[in-house]
Amino acid sequence: MLQGKQSWMFTTSPSIASTGVVGGPFEAKGNVARDFDHLFDDLWMSETSFENAQKKLMEEASTIALSKINKQPEDIQFVFAGDLINQITTTSFACRTLGIPYLGLFGACSTSMEGLALSAMVIENNGAEYILTGSASHNAAVEKQFRYPTEYGSQKPPTAQWTATAAGFAVVGRQGEGPSMTSATLGKVVDRGMTDPFNMGGAMAPAAADTVEAHFTDLNRDPSYYDYIITGDLGKVGLPLMKELLREKGIMVTDEQCLDCGTLLYKEDQKVQAGASGSGCSSAVVYGHILNRMKNNEMSTVLVVATGALLSPLTYQQKESIPCIAHAVAIEQKGVGSS
Amino acid sequence: MSQKQQESVNQTYQKFAQKQEPKIPVAANCIKAFLIGGAVCTFGQGLRSFFLHFFNFNEQTSGDPTLAVLILIAVLLTGFGVYDNISQFAGAGTAVPVTGFANSMASAAIEYRTEGIVLGIGANMFKLAGPVIVFGTVAAFLIAIIKTIWMQVAGG
Repeated sequence: MLQGKQSWMFTTSPSIASTGVVGGPFEAKGNVARDFDHLFDDLWMSETSFENAQKKLMEEASTIALSKINKQPEDIQFVFAGDLINQITTTSFACRTLGIPYLGLFGACSTSMEGLALSAMVIENNGAEYILTGSASHNAAVEKQFRYPTEYGSQKPPTAQWTATAAGFAVVGRQGEGPSMTSATLGKVVDRGMTDPFNMGGAMAPAAADTVEAHFTDLNRDPSYYDYIITGDLGKVGLPLMKELLREKGIMVTDEQCLDCGTLLYKEDQKVQAGASGSGCSSAVVYGHILNRMKNNEMSTVLVVATGALLSPLTYQQKESIPCIAHAVAIEQKGVGSS
Repeated sequence: MSQKQQESVNQTYQKFAQKQEPKIPVAANCIKAFLIGGAVCTFGQGLRSFFLHFFNFNEQTSGDPTLAVLILIAVLLTGFGVYDNISQFAGAGTAVPVTGFANSMASAAIEYRTEGIVLGIGANMFKLAGPVIVFGTVAAFLIAIIKTIWMQVAGG
């Protein structure tokens, strides 16, 4: 139910029944490789195009998520998913394979939490028994659309980020053993007039801060409620900016408390400048690494704030600034710690 | 919030974000570009001397096979996926010589091969190199006009 201006409280504890997380060869060398269910050793993934490879990431992640709880696609009522490619075609192709009634989402890299929040809301209100939700990105497919050709020798600035080749899908069901969603805050479009597409973290930080602030205001909570506040892909540049913005507003988050999926995904020596990005980044890291750490009792209450930069190559060429958004979902592991 | 207030909020944030941003190491990049770019040119000069001494080329024509070899190497390195890694280090050092132009065309051709030979490779090969040719031609045209007028006025 609605709480405050833009948040939902879930009273029936819709939970994550299962997840499927897949990645590419570069992620296999990364920091959280062990948290992936499957890692492809080739960027093409035996497909004829990188867009099809991204579709394969989605299909594979979905299949793994379903198989872990012995479900067939027909057991799932809806799928809420999206990606970054024009008209989210790869998601549509993946959902053609799945054959599950489908709502396409576009929230750029915030799609993972947009989908999770909507899934929890629909399950909470008995709109479905099971919903599949998630997102994917493929380095070569996404960079092709938004940036220069991948083999083009341009020198990237230290604020640039590396699009992850990864997909994370979750089956959301009614109250169960898995970690459950307790609340969500949907963000509004925030645009501070940042124009550099090689500094997404800097552009998205105000959107993340805006959603986190709204979350604490709506729910009348303070940061100490959460073990961790995990942002989607602010990276090394955006995360400190968000912390500063929150502290200016009197929301005293600690440095240890704030993690970012974009800085978790790769190792220091992988030369990805400011970290990972892409709609597959937060979905894979949260549904893999973070949920595993929750299962291992290393975390019990987390607020995941997935951030998205809602630009297109066209808006950039027309000198428009970068509109950004962030959606937050609180995930709690029952029976651990206090809540 | 009025538009004016919004703009002031935006500017405050932009200044704040800029202050925190990791700076592009301009001096270090310039030195790297100078060294690598210089090395590419020295290698080119070596090739030229090679063609001059061992083959039937003269001062004017020895540039042609030199360019061809440099282009070939740049395209091969692009295809093997290492050119972009070298460029991340070298910056303008690999972008300015003829190798950069070859890389821009080869990388675009590779990028769009899944869209077919005509609509993919053909239509996109000059995506990055195209503007260089367009503005190079426009600049040459303007300079030629200026020169012609100058010659008419001063040289007549």
